[in-house]
Amino acid sequence: MSVITAIKLKKRTSRWSELVRRLEHGDVIFRLLTLAAGMLVILAAIGIGFELWQNSARPRAEFGFDFLVGTNWDPVIEDFGALPFLYGTLQTSLFSLLIAVPIGLGIAIFLTELAPDWLLQPVGFVVELLAAVPSVIFGLWGLFVFVPVVVKPFAQFLNGTLGWLPIFEGPVFGPSRLAATLILSIMVLPTLVAISRDVFLAIPPSQREGALGLGATRWEMITQNLIPYGLSGILGAVILALGRAMGETIAVTMVIGNNLDLSASLLHPGYTMASLIANEFTEATTDMYREALILIGFVLFGLTLLVNIIARLLVWRVARRIPTESRA
Amino acid sequence: MQSSLLSVTQNDQRLNYRRRQAVNQVMLGLCGVAALIAILPLAWILLYVVQRGYGSLNLDFFTQLPTPVGVAGGGVFNAIVGSAMVVGLACLMAIPVSLIAAFYVYERPNTLLGTLIRFSTDVLSGVPSIIMGIFAYTVIVLTQGHFSALSGGFALAIIMTPIALRTTEEMLKLVPKTLREGSLALGAADWRTLLQVMLPAAISGVITGIMLGVARVAGEAAPMLFTAFGNPFFSAALDQPIATLPHQVYVYAISPYKDWQDKAWATALVLIALVLSLEVVARGVTSWQQRKLRGR
Repeated sequence: MSVITAIKLKKRTSRWSELVRRLEHGDVIFRLLTLAAGMLVILAAIGIGFELWQNSARPRAEFGFDFLVGTNWDPVIEDFGALPFLYGTLQTSLFSLLIAVPIGLGIAIFLTELAPDWLLQPVGFVVELLAAVPSVIFGLWGLFVFVPVVVKPFAQFLNGTLGWLPIFEGPVFGPSRLAATLILSIMVLPTLVAISRDVFLAIPPSQREGALGLGATRWEMITQNLIPYGLSGILGAVILALGRAMGETIAVTMVIGNNLDLSASLLHPGYTMASLIANEFTEATTDMYREALILIGFVLFGLTLLVNIIARLLVWRVARRIPTESRA
Repeated sequence: MQSSLLSVTQNDQRLNYRRRQAVNQVMLGLCGVAALIAILPLAWILLYVVQRGYGSLNLDFFTQLPTPVGVAGGGVFNAIVGSAMVVGLACLMAIPVSLIAAFYVYERPNTLLGTLIRFSTDVLSGVPSIIMGIFAYTVIVLTQGHFSALSGGFALAIIMTPIALRTTEEMLKLVPKTLREGSLALGAADWRTLLQVMLPAAISGVITGIMLGVARVAGEAAPMLFTAFGNPFFSAALDQPIATLPHQVYVYAISPYKDWQDKAWATALVLIALVLSLEVVARGVTSWQQRKLRGR
């Protein structure tokens, strides 16, 4: 009797230990779990594109590629074209980079090459806080303070002195593509600074020592050695900031004026793809209308995806050379 | 003849040197000015929000429901609860997935799947938040047929995932390899090593990353527009529209009524205080941690 139970017991434990061995003490399960979580992340990235594509079938069938060049947006007769919004998004984001890139690079250079140690932390902290301010608060401040106090006088000045240029053509409005451009240039600063600072930090000191040893001034060292050395990383930072600017929604919606306009002038109110979606999505009563907005979303998604892939490839190339502590 | 030529070139060189020095001074000075420019808008925004919002703040503002236009008083209690709920939901969905996925990326960084996951993370972190809103809308709102707190949480979870995943991976990488090898050499399984040795060693950094993610999504208004949708009444139900702080700021700000616009500033003050204190605590923990490590 006791012999039989002993044998049974032994059999059971051996079966148990066999199972444990097969599962490598639970590692197989754990590995499957981590794999599943990883697949979820991949699935989310693919799922976004798929859902946007799937839910915009009607306007795609109706307009085809003409959707991208159509200049009319009229929900009443269901005639939809994306050009004014595409144009607004590209104009505001590109011009905002024109302002933000020199300033952002200046800050990154200041932080990595010039600032005394006691200034490093506070300035870096301020830039990080600027990144943390919610978009809607930028919009609120922009709408009630920045636009009337800064943008409108500035726009009047530009129109008065350079009004003969098409991009500064009148009449002058407060809420305008210029307002969106200026707000965006503040909002993309942290992205620019964080990544280009990492790029500058990744450049080996020997580059600096070599240039200074040959008699270059610090500015010559920066422009002739550091910037060419880190160029692909800096370009990556710029393009990543472009992606940010293109997708920025609430703050832009609040200051851009929301107006279909294809003129060259920065001083006119305009519209971006993101602000169109924010403004009209909940009002879209018909399927066609809603799907046209989702198709706008798909175009925006495609653009930011393209921009991000290019940027990541550029940043990865630099970062792989020397691993940095953190990447944004 | 010879000597005069020499002095001319010497003179040229001296001029040239002075010019280069001047350019150097001016440009480096401009870099300093650029740093000042970054401080200016932040200070302006913070001071102005505090100045405009402080007057309307009182206990009622935190405990009462919003009042209609023209009715004095009222608060944003429902939006505070709503923000907490939606962000909490986002944490519930995003944290487990991003932690566990980070283990995969950490263990197999150079395999095809590991690269794909990292690439997807980068893609997700670059997608505009309003697109996440549309995604949550088509996946949850369209299938359920109504706006809900759940869909808002889902949208925020996808925004949060890349932030949490990235930081966890970076923090795991910072843990000394010897710790891991020691644990494996003692016969511990991989999962035990990761959960009981690596994770505790990296935990403060991981928590920092999660807090930064929370700070980021707590301020998102764009995806809330057509997921959580907003609600003037109190709601704590998962499948009902719900008010959130950033969305409430937006609604108040673009309204044509003076008293609502005043409330926008007060709500903005509550929101910015919340977000920035999270940010400051998270950054403080990081720098304290670094100082501790450097001290050793």
